[in-house]
Amino acid sequence: MSSGIRFDRVSVAYGKNTVLDALDLTVEPGEVMALLGPSGSGKTTALRAVAGFVRPASGRVFIGERDVTGLPPHQRGIGMVVQQYALFPHMRVAENVAFGMKAQKVPKSEIPGRVAEALDMTGMASYARRFPRELSGGQQQRVAIARALAIRPGVLLLDEPLSALDAQLRSGMLGELARLHRELPDVSILYVTHDQVEALTLADRIAVMDKARLKDCGTPQELYRAPRTEFTASFVGNANLLPVRVGSGAVSFGATDLKVDTGDVAQGATATLCVRPHLVGLGDGPNALSGRVAEVQWRGATHRLYVDVAGERVKADLRELRTPPGIGDEVTLHFAPEDAVLLGAGVTDG
Amino acid sequence: MASATLTVRAGKDKPPPKTPGWIWALPPVALLALFFLYPLALVVQQSVQPDTGGTSLQPYSDVFASEAFREALGTTVWLAVGATAGCLVLGFALALIIAFVPFPGGRAVARFIDVFLSFPSFLITLALLFIYGTKGMANGMWTDATGAAEGPFQFLTTPWGVLLAEITYFTPFVMRPLLAAFSQIDTAQLEVASSLGAKPGRIVRRVILPEALPALAAGGSLVLVMCLNEFGIVLFTGAKGVTTLPMLVYSKAILESDYPAACVVAVVNVAISVGLYGLYRVVSRRVGA
Repeated sequence: MSSGIRFDRVSVAYGKNTVLDALDLTVEPGEVMALLGPSGSGKTTALRAVAGFVRPASGRVFIGERDVTGLPPHQRGIGMVVQQYALFPHMRVAENVAFGMKAQKVPKSEIPGRVAEALDMTGMASYARRFPRELSGGQQQRVAIARALAIRPGVLLLDEPLSALDAQLRSGMLGELARLHRELPDVSILYVTHDQVEALTLADRIAVMDKARLKDCGTPQELYRAPRTEFTASFVGNANLLPVRVGSGAVSFGATDLKVDTGDVAQGATATLCVRPHLVGLGDGPNALSGRVAEVQWRGATHRLYVDVAGERVKADLRELRTPPGIGDEVTLHFAPEDAVLLGAGVTDG
Repeated sequence: MASATLTVRAGKDKPPPKTPGWIWALPPVALLALFFLYPLALVVQQSVQPDTGGTSLQPYSDVFASEAFREALGTTVWLAVGATAGCLVLGFALALIIAFVPFPGGRAVARFIDVFLSFPSFLITLALLFIYGTKGMANGMWTDATGAAEGPFQFLTTPWGVLLAEITYFTPFVMRPLLAAFSQIDTAQLEVASSLGAKPGRIVRRVILPEALPALAAGGSLVLVMCLNEFGIVLFTGAKGVTTLPMLVYSKAILESDYPAACVVAVVNVAISVGLYGLYRVVSRRVGA
């Protein structure tokens, strides 16, 4: 089964409304690519274009070397898992898993073995005789994954597969998906999500989408540590974005000079300084910023402070404080020069 | 004095006397008895009172022995079964198209189904008469074009005409519950089935049809019972050779004034309908409808 996906300037429009705009993206064989973005960003449309449920207005979609743009969904050889599981309610678990193989005319003698194999892989072997209504949400999702894997697809499409699960189950299923991918290294996975944790945990690369366009694409580490756009910095990791003016080896934020690597951003230009909240410290240090506490949130292991500095609200995630500051207190925050990324003008939002 | 005060207080704390639940059942039961059960009982009573007087099952023996009854029973059953089968096939296909194949005006068509249900059966038959009747449009166009004395469409006054009219009229009664059932099917199921390699035919057979079975059973049972009791369509097609049980009741009661025989046929008709309803309930409970 061919693997890998390639979008070649794929656009999808409903009437005059473009919902996917000239997407160029390649998912390598065996790679997990997360499409990350808010609602309406075009990520699900991109997945549906691969599945064959939407026809591109222009551009081509390839699975492996095969141009599948004009092929109906049943000829594409993909596995698909959706948010609400979409198990067939009148079929038992084993029948659900066997469905794709029967549709693809797999020899009858092979089917029971492959059903057992897929159910084993997802830890659902002992539930083969149950109906979907007799399973929990997490179990149903495992069956949905087993059903998709049973046809041995080269490409697996996962459309917000964990969104309907509670936080604990979601965390467990993330681990399961990572394990499955290790066991099936040849399967390319396109994983649509709006949850950055899922994307950061599971993906080899993340494609960040917004307003029907691809904004950024890179490894989780690249996108997190060195985002190229404000949107990426904000959506992946909810970074502080501070408007600054670039000087020589430093930037000025309000009346404060901050030492950061200005890279090739021209002196005198306005730019955006990106600092992750968990890299901001409380108290004196390099690049100190003084401000007034606007809000304090206790999050168990951490405290989040919102501090108004020079007209901007700076977020700081701090290990749980024994005596957290009160609202209205004057505090000083700081961050290391190497923990800031300067986003020059013109790279703000693709 | 003190004890009197206490008594009054105790009286105040007492909850108001409770009305027994069965009291509320009396009005509907009385109405049902007056307007339905009593006339039905009269029909049953009449069916065991032959013209010769007394009470006996002689009218049943006479009716069951008559060729006309056996023929009417056979015609009724085959017409009802045929029309139901036709309605199920046609209704399922049309409902599939309306529910799953997007086309301009699809919603309007779905709404028209509701309106169609309110039409009287004779209206549909009348419309068919205009099109396929001996002097209808189709035959008129044929005779105009060929100069022939009469057109080729003469089936409307045969059992096939009745069958066509019944299928035309009753198909929406199958479609309505089917459309409701189809609207409950998660389209993601169909998409996933398709992505797993299933062609449209397999998706219909293996995913949609099983989930629509209760609706099909409900619509089919309703149509079967309605076809068994249908009178207006048979009358309006003017199919002289087609005698169904309701038509036999009519001819026995109105044309021959043979009330005991008419009542016997009516009782048989009711028994078949109630029996079918009971069968439907048993089957639907087994399939979990």
